[in-house]
Order: sequence, then C-alpha cells, then structure tokens
Amino acid sequence: MEIKNASAGTLESGDILIQIGPSEQAGVQINLKSTVAYQFGEQIKKVISQTLNDLGVTNVEVNATDKGALDCTIKARVTAAAVRATGKDVWA
Amino acid sequence: MIEAAAAGMGKPVYKETNESKVTTPRWEYQTVRSKVTTLEEAIKGSGLKDGMTISFHHHFRGGDKVVNMVVGKLAEMGFKNLHLAASSLQDVHEPLIDHIKNGVITEISTSGMRGELAKEISHGLMEKPVVFRSHGGRGSAIANGDLHIDVAFLGAPSCDPLGNAVGYSRSQNAKSICGSLGYALPDAHNADKVVILTDDLVPYPNTPNSISESDVDYVVVVDSVGDSSKISSGAIRDTKNPRDILLAQQAAKVIINSGYFKNGFSIQTGSGGASLAAVKYIRQSMIDQGIKASYALGGITAHMVKMHEEGLIERLIDVQSFDKVAAESIKTDQMHKEVSANEYASADEPGSATHYLDIVILSALEVDVNFNVNVLVGSDGIIRGAIGGHPDTAADSALSIIVCPLLRGRIPCVVDEVTTLITPGSSVDVVVTEYGIAVNPRRPELAEQLKKAGLKIVDIHDLKDRAKSIIGDAAPLPFGDKVVGIVMNRDGSVLDVIRNIVD
Repeated sequence: MEIKNASAGTLESGDILIQIGPSEQAGVQINLKSTVAYQFGEQIKKVISQTLNDLGVTNVEVNATDKGALDCTIKARVTAAAVRATGKDVWA
Repeated sequence: MIEAAAAGMGKPVYKETNESKVTTPRWEYQTVRSKVTTLEEAIKGSGLKDGMTISFHHHFRGGDKVVNMVVGKLAEMGFKNLHLAASSLQDVHEPLIDHIKNGVITEISTSGMRGELAKEISHGLMEKPVVFRSHGGRGSAIANGDLHIDVAFLGAPSCDPLGNAVGYSRSQNAKSICGSLGYALPDAHNADKVVILTDDLVPYPNTPNSISESDVDYVVVVDSVGDSSKISSGAIRDTKNPRDILLAQQAAKVIINSGYFKNGFSIQTGSGGASLAAVKYIRQSMIDQGIKASYALGGITAHMVKMHEEGLIERLIDVQSFDKVAAESIKTDQMHKEVSANEYASADEPGSATHYLDIVILSALEVDVNFNVNVLVGSDGIIRGAIGGHPDTAADSALSIIVCPLLRGRIPCVVDEVTTLITPGSSVDVVVTEYGIAVNPRRPELAEQLKKAGLKIVDIHDLKDRAKSIIGDAAPLPFGDKVVGIVMNRDGSVLDVIRNIVD
C-alpha cells in the first residue's frame, strides 16, 4: 500500500492533529504529544494503533498532537488521515 | 515643682535650645527632606539580611514589574536565602526560576502560581516546599506573626515624598493604575520596613491615600511599576464561550431561586469566565423584581461597576480591581471602598466583609463527590492556579455556588477525590455543571427549593460517573515522594500537601 503524507484534525482544545507519513520500519510508529499524556497517553496510542490496524494500514509514522480529544474524536481523525494517506475511501 | 513633676514621670525638664527653624518653603523642602532614594540605598537602609522575608503584592497581575526588578537587584547585590512572600505570583515571574537556582530565593509563600515557574516547582525545583495561603489566610498570618515580613516592596501608581501611596494617580504624569491596593495593606501595616516603588512621584500630600506615610520608610522612583493593560489577563476574561454562558445562566437561576435573592443581599464573584458572566444574568431579574444589592465584594469587575452606577448595587467593597474600569471607579466613586486582605476575608477578623456575604459564585479545577474543591493544582498534578479568596468566601458566605463544566477537554472536573484539597466540602453548597446541578446533602432545604423552581437537581455521584463514562479510566499521576507545596487552611492549620511530579 502506497502511503503519502497526509493529516487530519486541528490543534483546538478537545481535538487531535494526526499527521501520517510513510515509514521504513514495519508496523506503526507513534510520536505523541498530549496535554493529558500522564493520564491518557497509553490509551491514546492504543486507539491510534487499533484504528490503523483495523484499516490495514501499516509501515507508517504517526505524529499526533493531542489537546484532550476523546476516543471517538481520535478514531475519526486517524481514519480521515489514513484515507487521505492511502487514497482508499473506507466509507465508500 | 516642674522638676518634681518631671521626676515623678521619669521625664526630663524642657530646655531651651539655639536650634533655628528650617525656613525653606515647604514646596522645595519636600524635595530635600524626603524618603525618596534609589532602590539599592533603600535595600541597604532597610537592614535586609540573608535569610530574611521580603514581600510583594500582585495588583498588577500579569503586568507586574516590581517582583522581577527588586529580586534582580537583590541578586545583583549578592543576597542569598531570601523568603519571598507574595500575595500571588503569575506567568510573568518566570525569571524567579534562575534566582531560585542561584540560591537568592530559597523559600516562597504565595496564594498561587502559574506558567513555567509553577511547572518547575511542581517538578521539585525548590528544597523547601512552597507555602500556599488564601488571601484571608495570608492577612491573618501577617497580622498574627505566622508570616513575619522583614521588608515589603510595594508598587504604587502614585506616591508622595513621605510615602502616601495609592493605586491610581491624579497627576498628569500618571503612568499606571491598579485600583485597590488591598493585598498590600497587611504588608504595609505589619512589615518591619516598607519600601514603596512608584512610577509617579507626586507632591505632598497625595490624598486620599491608601498606604499611609506613617507605615513607609523609603520611596523609590522607577520607570514603571506595572503594565495596567495586563490587569485583566490571567484568570479574568469576559466569556463568549457558549458553554460558559450556559453555566452562567444556570448559576443565575440558582441565585434567583435560592431564597437569598432579596432586597439588600450581598454578592461576590470569582475569577472564572462563567462566574463573572453569571452577574450579567441576575441583573435583569434585579431590575424586574425591583431588588437591590447592598454591596458587591471581592475582585470588582466592570460588570459590578456598571450595576453599581445603575443603582442596582449600593456599594462596592474592593480588595482587588479586576479590570481598568474597576480601577478607575475606585478613584472617582466614594461608594467604591478599598479594603485590606484582613478586612476582606480573614477568619479571625470579626469585621471582615466575607462574614456578611450572602452569595458567592466560584470556579473550580476539580470538585469531588464530597464537594471538596481544588483550584490550585491541575489534573496533571502541576500547579496552575491560585487559592485566592476561594476557601474564605465559601466558608463565610450563606450560599456558595461552584460553577464548572463536567469536562475540560478530556479532563474531568467532577471526580472521586480532588488532586489537592483547597476548599473543604463542608463549606460548598451547590455545584453547577452543564449536565445538572448538585446540592450538598447538608443543604436539603436548598435542594427542595431549587427542585420546586424547576431546576435539574442531580446527585454529584451521577455527574462523576457521567464524566468517567465519556473519558474512560485515567492512569494515576506520576507523583514522587517529595513535598513541593503545603496548603494552609485559613485558620493556620495544614490542609493538604502537593507532591512532586516525576516525568
């Protein structure tokens, strides 16, 4: 699967900015910056990995800048970024 | 007989001297014989030594220039191990980090702190824990000697050569304005030495004055004591956030239906957006029902001044002017009274204004299921606020209302247990959220009354559960074993401690 650089989301409070790009390494690399890292850092990473896994997206690097987004928001932003990065519409 | 009378009193007998009067016109004489000197000379003259306590007020909030200027000078002069006792600290005081690292400042007492300084201290920057007090608690501690101040450095927008100072200036050279100097008054009255810093030296007598010449030892003229345009920065903002407006409207309904909304009631608002906005929504009901308030207390805002000028609030009692409109009003309006921190909110001052306060609206970072409130430490364990008058007004008022959203981003505001205890639940009556209003079980009659008025009364445990169902389970905060902060109760007992955060 060809991966382009793509992003979704904003830096508004309650949102998360997801930037996806190709990676040499296998799997999903996540660099997370979050205002709620202590309490929810692991949970946020889990939702990002799970969402990409479900979409079959792999060998990507994800830069996530979180401003306290809920899980549903994280899932939506990751999905949108993945669709843009792969050109494959999951909603079709 | 004169000798006998003098001997009886242990006094000497008057002797005529050859000293002649100073005949210089006093307009000129006051420029010669005055307390005006340089900052360095004032510090030397004050007798300040290593290990002593220096104090400051925070009436310029984010625009303060005095703390950094004075501590910078003290560092330059080689002072070490000083105890900095400020009425509060802001983001602008970040330079203190270096002074702490260099050993100039080794102890801090304050109402709160924000920004980088707070972050570093939460990570264990200081050996000794920071001591946090409420505004009323600080007033008590200064008056009863718990907090002894050796030298107070107090910024003032105008001062005369003998030290009569006030929070505005009537001269044409006025550079700054902060309105009330309420938090500086306990320091001025009780510190061993008092240095006034001013950016407008005016001719004697600078009346009406707030700080009196009899309390002042030195007057130092500086370029600027503070940027007045930044007074309404920090916690003070006029909200356009629809959720804050909803919360404010709900809080207003609680007030109107509480039984305390009667002619002659008194009211105070805290510094959060929603609590400030609530005042706007009770205004219309006051007009419609012909109700007037006897006084508004606290941080006085432009909203309060407007309602006072409209005749809806008879008097304003002002410990701190929250914006420029309030600061101008204290200058021109006799019914707008300045009050010291003790007279404002000290528990052991029988005359403090909070004792006659009906209603207070306050904000919160966290409220727990026992109605305990935290306004000092963020849910990430980092210090990011100030105690202010929160516990003082909650405890003394007839009705205390906490206004907070259920969630801020992914951070819950209604929790099992507050990160840090600031205001005990026994003094909190109502918690207003956008998902319903919780009433402390200690006030069943209030819950009944609000229910009858059609307000949505919920159990605080349901609010906590609802928050948790949206955000999921939070991992515990990475607290270490070092105590970085001690929270004093307003009666001088220790209420809680703040531990360090380990990254």
